[in-house]
Amino acid sequence: MSLPLYALQQLINALSIGSLYALVAVGLAMVFGILRLINFAHGDLMMIAAYIAAFALIAQIPLPIALLMMVGGTILVGVVMERVAYRPIRTAPAVAALLTSFAVGQILQNSMLLLSRFAGQPVQIAFPTIDALRGVVAIGDLTIPRLNIVSLVVGLVLLFLLNLFVTRTTLGLSMRAAAEDLQAAQLMGINTNRVIVTAFVIGSTLASVAGLLYAVQAGTINPDMGFSPILKAFIAAVIGGFGSISGAVVGGYTLGLLEVLLTALPGLGDILPAATTAPGVITFFKTYLPSSLSSWRDAFVFVALILLLLVRPGGILGTIDRDSRR
Amino acid sequence: MKTASTSPRNGVLILVAGLVLLLIGLELSGSAFWQGIFINLGFYIILSAALNLSNGFTGVFSLGHIGFMALGAYTSAILTLPVDKKDSYLPKLPEWLAAVHLDTRIGTFPVGFLAATIIAGILVSLIALLVGLVLMRLNGNFVSVATLGFLVIVRVVLINADQFTRGSRTFSNVTSYTDLWWVYAWVAIVLFVVWRIKYSAYGRAMFAQREDTVAAQSVGIVIMRPRLLAFVVSAFFTAVVGALYAHFLTSFSPKAFYFDITFRVITMMVVGGMGSVTGSVIGPIAVTAINEVLRRIEDATLLYGISQIVLAVLFILIIIYRPGGLLGDREFDFSWFTRRNVPKPAVKGEVSD
Repeated sequence: MSLPLYALQQLINALSIGSLYALVAVGLAMVFGILRLINFAHGDLMMIAAYIAAFALIAQIPLPIALLMMVGGTILVGVVMERVAYRPIRTAPAVAALLTSFAVGQILQNSMLLLSRFAGQPVQIAFPTIDALRGVVAIGDLTIPRLNIVSLVVGLVLLFLLNLFVTRTTLGLSMRAAAEDLQAAQLMGINTNRVIVTAFVIGSTLASVAGLLYAVQAGTINPDMGFSPILKAFIAAVIGGFGSISGAVVGGYTLGLLEVLLTALPGLGDILPAATTAPGVITFFKTYLPSSLSSWRDAFVFVALILLLLVRPGGILGTIDRDSRR
Repeated sequence: MKTASTSPRNGVLILVAGLVLLLIGLELSGSAFWQGIFINLGFYIILSAALNLSNGFTGVFSLGHIGFMALGAYTSAILTLPVDKKDSYLPKLPEWLAAVHLDTRIGTFPVGFLAATIIAGILVSLIALLVGLVLMRLNGNFVSVATLGFLVIVRVVLINADQFTRGSRTFSNVTSYTDLWWVYAWVAIVLFVVWRIKYSAYGRAMFAQREDTVAAQSVGIVIMRPRLLAFVVSAFFTAVVGALYAHFLTSFSPKAFYFDITFRVITMMVVGGMGSVTGSVIGPIAVTAINEVLRRIEDATLLYGISQIVLAVLFILIIIYRPGGLLGDREFDFSWFTRRNVPKPAVKGEVSD
């Protein structure tokens, strides 16, 4: 494979992973922006969505209806979660809210464990194949999994719609006002409960789509599948300056690029044309960036996150968050 | 006014005597089941008290402590492994480490294990010092996310450093040293130290900067110092639990030190009361008792998952209705045991958050 082709392929990988992270991170950031709540259970909404879709598809329900059920069910869970667990502790310290969201996550995960037991399914379920998301698309010498293209396109479309909503509607304006200052927004006559519920509805919708894509990618689903993506979404949200929607999108794509870079760089040693590159370069890649590098990926990403929190606690877009430091 | 009969000291003595009798009873009963439950309870009391020292006292909420436990477990397990076993089991160990074998005993007392535990504690404290210098600058949610990152990093390191840890495979062959006496001796030490810290100048500085950082700074408290002290001491004790745990189970893998146990310890600490040393004893007892009952129910009904759901619901209810936990900042009143018709002293109001 030639170098430009390799780069292009990896770039598309990065953008498709980035879309997934961005979808999850946006929901996280929206809720955080308004409530200062890191909703750890957001990843479990992805899990819920994947399970609903899997059960529906196993029950031979047609895909469009299954998808509607998935989005609807996830929104329901998201709204109930807000009403039952988060609304009573709205004035509690940030850490109490964070801990509550862990507990909510535990409840969701174990409920799903119980449910799949009742449904006679094993803990780990093979996700039913969806024909529209299978196979690869070949453009010239480039072969791209169809799933990656779908992730990329769906991600961009949803984020574009979200942008329209936030900038062009009254509710979107109220939401931005609430994120700026919840109390002041309330004093201006904004129905903050409605704004918060809307944030959860939108967040759940995006999480359900991301959950589906993630499940198709992984091939199997299990009750704690939300843990890894939510960690990544955190990082994405922090990169973008926690609480900012556009920041979360930027953060999602940055993280996608960073991760693919860490996995793709070691492969460069085999790709670089030996005739035209200085021999030292290839040796460098082969000795110092062995392929085992990718198993360290999560550690690198978190080290980068911690450094970022210290140097630019407001994220790379540079909004200053007064809560991040002592 | 405290008379001899209402002194809390007598209450503490009664409790300690009761505990010793209980331990002797457990030892004599020879019931592996009950001994196991109490050994695990001891682990959780230490973990909960140590976490309380860092998270409860200072309000800097770490989610990464179980990473210290993992490091403690692996360090002490490698140190105590006999040389011949090291050759076959961890063949790629560096020479200087392969020659170390803290498996010596004086009489029947395993001095090597004690040394390995303390070395593990000190090593992990040094790591905590480095990590803390960086992370204790952050506040609120951000320190939680960053410490969670530390937990992930420790896990990745353990899985990848396979010449030391056998990677994600199970690390077994650890000599079994830990018994009830080891665990409860450490419980006593940890509770004593944490108690003394709470009522020291450092402890008051921890609480002061937790309640109001700016006010604390304005009266001359350098907030990094109490935060770091709490974090490092707490890491030491958490690593000790790791060592005890390793030599109790004798085999474990990185999976054991991740999010499940993190959340369980946090639940225990929050139930007991953030900032309360006696709460760190009551919380684990309450949660362990509820958990054991629920697990019986689970086994009987095959509804696995129920116990976690009930515990999580309990946790949310406590946060909503009793955010300070059972005890909040306060301590259990030990004179309760020995008091006889003495008018109850006015209870100082709970410090509000």
